[in-house]
Amino acid sequence: MALTRREFIKFTGLGLAASSLGVLGFGASGEAQAAAVRPFKLTHATETRNTCTYCSVACGILIYSMGDRAKNARSNIIHIEGDPDHPVNRGTLCPKGSALLDIVHAPTRLKAPRYRPPGGTEFKEVSWDFALDRIARLMKDDRDKHFMTQNAAGTTVNRWTSTGMLAASASSNETAYLTWKVARSLGMVVFDNQARV
Amino acid sequence: MSDLQSQDYIRRSASTMTPPSARNHEEEVAKLIDVSRCIGCKACQSACMEWNDLRPEIGHFEGSYQNPADLGPSVWTLMKFAEYENEQGNLEWLIRKDGCMHCEDPGCLKACPARGAIVQYANGIVDFISDKCIGCGYCVKGCPFDIPRISKTDHKSYKCTLCSDRVSVGLEPACVKACPTGAIMFGSKTDMKHWAGERIDELKSRGFDKAGLYDPQEVGGTHVMYVLHHADKPSLYSGLPDKPRISPVVSAWKGVIKPLALIGIGLAALAGFFHSVTVGPNEVTEEDEVEGERALREKENTP
Repeated sequence: MALTRREFIKFTGLGLAASSLGVLGFGASGEAQAAAVRPFKLTHATETRNTCTYCSVACGILIYSMGDRAKNARSNIIHIEGDPDHPVNRGTLCPKGSALLDIVHAPTRLKAPRYRPPGGTEFKEVSWDFALDRIARLMKDDRDKHFMTQNAAGTTVNRWTSTGMLAASASSNETAYLTWKVARSLGMVVFDNQARV
Repeated sequence: MSDLQSQDYIRRSASTMTPPSARNHEEEVAKLIDVSRCIGCKACQSACMEWNDLRPEIGHFEGSYQNPADLGPSVWTLMKFAEYENEQGNLEWLIRKDGCMHCEDPGCLKACPARGAIVQYANGIVDFISDKCIGCGYCVKGCPFDIPRISKTDHKSYKCTLCSDRVSVGLEPACVKACPTGAIMFGSKTDMKHWAGERIDELKSRGFDKAGLYDPQEVGGTHVMYVLHHADKPSLYSGLPDKPRISPVVSAWKGVIKPLALIGIGLAALAGFFHSVTVGPNEVTEEDEVEGERALREKENTP
């Protein structure tokens, strides 16, 4: 398109006038307002109650996962916040609890048992069967060797002091009860909780 | 119909006309930060980043508990740690949760030249509408509290939204929910002022006779308020302004120069119109062409 000098000045003038009108307030002042607020991301997320993994305070948490558990949908945790109905924390969380989402998705998170044989230098992933069998074997051997029925004074003690157990912090009352039963029925006295580490 | 039915705009940046607010009975909300109850645990920081899907780059230890060192496009709230030695020679650790104050008279909105990039809802929340932001940084200069930060990734301005997405469905902001000591409370502005009054009485009874509410009237009050044990000296709390004010440059630019320039543009258009009607275009006539050719010939002939 060939423009003469005169036409060029005309067109630029028109453009300037049009944009000036906008500045002067003659623009689409009633233009549709774009949706401004970010859509609430949990509207149809699945809400699951759970206990925070961190410490023995055992705060109640709400875990939100995407999808409605339909057959073809795979759930994935998208948000975690405090459970307002939980008597311990009543909805609040500490900084670690508030950041739980990143623990769930951490690339360094341990998802399977790992084993480093005596003298070995590296951990390698093993099956749960292998791990549980080995733990049971070693516990049995150690208990058979060191279980003490009576102390030096002849009092019945039935204790096993050479093996200890470190229980999980994020336990419900029922889990804690069972953990206690398992440890104590073996005579185990070295017994503590992860939360104190 | 937009999804903002419950959140009518009452102010909009760079707009000569803000659509009238049909609903005028919306309760103003406020967040109350009780500095005297804060233990500096940073649960609010974690919860803010988690809810808003923000993950700033992992930084370095700067010799202070304050971490990250400053607010940023992905750090919308930050615990600021200040050490203050009082008159008795005792150390006071003043920890303040910094972030957008959601001013009643927002300096950022006044300074913003992009239409509708900064809005204020009827409930008092000041929100940045990112797709309209042009990244000029005027809001940073306009803010009396030095809050907005421009992202180096998308060159847009970011700050706390008071979790407008949560508030719009009736929830409290993420930081408020997380706070384990109840130092951050959320509710109607009236309720928050009332609650602050009770806390201030309590603090006064415990010897903090200068305790008070920080709700600066210089910016028309704020929708994020502080209970301070030293309300007479807000600047002790990591430079909280004693008298926050919108930069005079903003009011001069928007209040004086902009209207003058608009009048100038209008006058120029008007003058052009009348010139075109009365004088008309500068036409080249036959005589002008002949005269021009004669002048050229004469020029060529002269040595």
